[in-house]
Amino acid sequence: MSHPLKGRGEEAGGGARGRAGSGSPGTGDRSGRRPSRKRTHKAEDAPSRRGAQPGQKERAGGSPRPGSPRRKSAEHRGRHQQLAERKRSSAEKTSGGRRKKDGRASFQEQRALPKRGKEAPRKEETWKQLKKHRSSSLASGASNGESLSEEELARILEQVEDKKKLIATMRSKPWPMARKLRELREAQEFVEKYEGALGKGKGKRLYACRMLMAKKWVKFKRDFDNFKTQCIPWEMKIKDIESHFGSSVASYFIFLRWMYGVNLVLFGLIFGLVIIPEVLMGMPYGSIPRKTVPRAEEEKAMDFSVLWDFEGYIKYSALFYGYYNNQRTIGWLRYRLPMAYFMVGVSVFGYSLMIVIRSMASNRQGGTSEAESDNFTFSFKMFTSWDYLIGNSETADNKYASITTSFKESIVDEQESNKEENVHLTRFLRVLANFLIICCLCGSGYLIYFVVKRSQEFSKMQNVSWYERNEVEIVMSLLGMFCPPLFETIAALENYHPRIGLKWQLGRIFALFLGNLYTFLLALMDDVHLKLSNEETIKNITHWTLSHYYNSSGWNESVPRPPLHPADVPRGSCWETAVGIEFMRLTVSDMLVTYITILLGDFLRACFVRFMNYCWCWDLEAGFPSYAEFDISGNVLGLIFNQGMIWMGSFYAPGLVGINVLRLLTSMYFQCWAVMSSNVPHERVFKASRSSNFYMGLLLLVLFLSLLPVAYTVVSLPPSFDCGPFSGKNRMYDVIQETVENDFPTFLGKIFAFLANPGLIIPAILLMFLAIYYLNSVSKSLSRANAQLRKKIQVLREVEKSHKSVKGRATARDPEDTPKSDSTNATQLTKEGTTHLSASQSQTSDQKAQSPGASSSASRAVPPASQHLPVSWPPGIRQDSGQAHPQARPWRPGSGKSAQRPHH
Amino acid sequence: MGNKQTVFTPEQLEAYQDNPFRQRIAQVFSEDGDGHLTLDNFLDMFSVMSEMAPRDLKAYYAFKIYDFNNDGYICAWDLEQTVTKLTRGELSAEEVSLVCEKVLDEADGDHDGRLSLEDFQNMILRAPDFLSTFHIRI
Repeated sequence: MSHPLKGRGEEAGGGARGRAGSGSPGTGDRSGRRPSRKRTHKAEDAPSRRGAQPGQKERAGGSPRPGSPRRKSAEHRGRHQQLAERKRSSAEKTSGGRRKKDGRASFQEQRALPKRGKEAPRKEETWKQLKKHRSSSLASGASNGESLSEEELARILEQVEDKKKLIATMRSKPWPMARKLRELREAQEFVEKYEGALGKGKGKRLYACRMLMAKKWVKFKRDFDNFKTQCIPWEMKIKDIESHFGSSVASYFIFLRWMYGVNLVLFGLIFGLVIIPEVLMGMPYGSIPRKTVPRAEEEKAMDFSVLWDFEGYIKYSALFYGYYNNQRTIGWLRYRLPMAYFMVGVSVFGYSLMIVIRSMASNRQGGTSEAESDNFTFSFKMFTSWDYLIGNSETADNKYASITTSFKESIVDEQESNKEENVHLTRFLRVLANFLIICCLCGSGYLIYFVVKRSQEFSKMQNVSWYERNEVEIVMSLLGMFCPPLFETIAALENYHPRIGLKWQLGRIFALFLGNLYTFLLALMDDVHLKLSNEETIKNITHWTLSHYYNSSGWNESVPRPPLHPADVPRGSCWETAVGIEFMRLTVSDMLVTYITILLGDFLRACFVRFMNYCWCWDLEAGFPSYAEFDISGNVLGLIFNQGMIWMGSFYAPGLVGINVLRLLTSMYFQCWAVMSSNVPHERVFKASRSSNFYMGLLLLVLFLSLLPVAYTVVSLPPSFDCGPFSGKNRMYDVIQETVENDFPTFLGKIFAFLANPGLIIPAILLMFLAIYYLNSVSKSLSRANAQLRKKIQVLREVEKSHKSVKGRATARDPEDTPKSDSTNATQLTKEGTTHLSASQSQTSDQKAQSPGASSSASRAVPPASQHLPVSWPPGIRQDSGQAHPQARPWRPGSGKSAQRPHH
Repeated sequence: MGNKQTVFTPEQLEAYQDNPFRQRIAQVFSEDGDGHLTLDNFLDMFSVMSEMAPRDLKAYYAFKIYDFNNDGYICAWDLEQTVTKLTRGELSAEEVSLVCEKVLDEADGDHDGRLSLEDFQNMILRAPDFLSTFHIRI
């Protein structure tokens, strides 16, 4: 009972070869079988595997040379003799046991015996040769009885390796646990026993020590993995949500966590390289005008209402652009702050682009090709739609509902593809709906433009109400709240398939948000231009004031005048800080709106539904208000746009990223709590695996779009004259030129100037385009080749199948025939070693190729599954075993190995 | 082996999760097919259902789970059972038979009117979210 598998493995590998050996004189059936197997095998692969052993090396070429090397090796191994003897006898015993178990296989062998008359002579010849060697080595070698020849050693080594392989692949075998444990224990014992003995002479203790270390190492690795899993933040929370709400809701939280990681890196960059150096080494607050609150604002600068709007002391702090000085170097480190500021601004975008694209690429690689899934819509729905993770009856109910819906959807799809409906009406309705939505978008854009314009007027006035100050934010939030449902209503006209409708909905909300953001930006840009045009006059006033102050007559000349207090110096409006403040306020108000929506829309509603249900005239939980669903698309889009604002604003407000880190942190906890406490899972769950790259694509688009305005302002607007690290320069990027000129050797400056030459840049861009074109065409051709190969595999597989089914039918008629062809296969494999061409081999390679995306371990794991079918399948299948065998055979460890090794 | 027969009944599993195939899972992993699990069977089940289990092993056991009548093939009757369990019988008979027909149409490579293990593996190994959904977390 103990070794059915091993027995079969031996049988397949050794059995066929063993027959040749059994014909030889002087050896028993068992003992003859084994060495002979090794022999054929060794002739093929000894050089590669055990090239270090001299005796075998000599014989590797297939031309055995008896003589000195043999003797040497015999001496060398003299002390392993007894051990090997002992081992061999035990192996014989076990193999005997195995044989008994596997009557069928040996029966097949016996039947196959006459068939292989052709091969037998050759084998016998080899066997005799080897026998000769053995006896010669016996004569010359050690004195006590039989020596340990290479065959024995090789066999042990082989077995040890087999066992090791078995240990490694134990996990992928469909055995019951008891058997796994037993096999594992046996294999480990075996390996421990013989590997130490066969070690290169260092002895058992070293080996034992090594094994111990290996065990410890494995355990340590496992513990470390566990530790790593525990270190992933919020893993438990997310898994909890996943098991209650399915993987799609969890995908939002995973996305949020990813975003948090990205923002932490950005935060580290900005804080470590800009804010902390400035705080530690820069001039302190109040030393120069740009770091001081102006006299007019001084009294109210600490009021909460002022601080809440990021005015007052916060405006003149390191959180905003205007606070930084244009000194080239600061502190005793001579830290080049303006340079660092610029480079950090660039690298924030660089890092974000890189990380987004990288994660997109890795998502793409992880997924299998999309085209294939179309072939198996119903099958996938049937066999993979149930999420085994669901451990909550409510979620399960929803999952049942969603599966039913998706089945119905697919059925409708199927039926719809056949029938034709009124095309003209549908088209008209769709055009109408799009027209309405475009109207909505334009209207919302105009509304925002109008409001921003108005707010600029308000900002000039003195005492404005709270509403007037926050009008922009309020209008934008309201638009974001009410437009999506409106779009959904309009989209009902279109009569799209819900899946496509969802994509449209996402796209439209995206367009709305984007339009709003850009309108906001354009209005802001107007404001900036206005401030820039005023700047010249303010600059003159400042100069005049300063010169007037210092040169005015009527002051005692002998006493040097105290310098003008920084708070009294007239200032420009510093548009950069104004932009930063706008983004800061937008971010904060966005956060607050999100939280309040969650609190009111989800939590209070849930409380109401839950507790008022006892005293209400209809069922609140099932009826109208019910509980809120978690709005994945809205949340993800909100997150994406928030991130866009962070990217845009971080150049002018370095503290914005810090605020955002806080926001993401709180919203992680808050939303986790809100989801678990007051939401119900979606009715229509859309798959996380598909949409993750869609979200990443949106994020990339937003990143690009938020890069544009920042790049525009940096490149084409002059910085303010009296605030920020670039003040006094014509353009912000001049700081690079300055650094290159002053801090680098002159030839480097020349090189940079040369590199900046348009004559070099344009060809470089052209080259890049060519490279993109080339790579694109290469990838296209590769994917085409891929598709063709897949088609070929499909065809091959079908041919194979039909062939097999024909054969299977023949087998059913004449079961006697099968074993013959079966073992012929095995023999061929043994004999030729390198052959691929036998039918079974080509089929197995087919199997491998069918899962091109799968890792090597996965494809390696195919064989055991099919290999054991005859063993563990219920008896019902036995009658068709002839069908399953030809394919299963070549995978058994022994023969499979001997067939494959030569390739390595 | 099995001195201590710690038996898990389907009811206990049911208390753990609301899976339409819980009966089948218990049957497939139990030794005698009656759905009572010893500790070893239980461990077996979790070694297959764990996230670490290789794809092919999962595919093999998934096949056994969906093969309701244990004949080594997923035939139309098995498919009907699966659909009924998945949708709690909310589809009409025609719809069920249409779905089964489509599944056989899609996945049956050798056109013998039933899915063999090979057909099933060939299909399931391409499924994008088989691995992500076919596991149980404790």
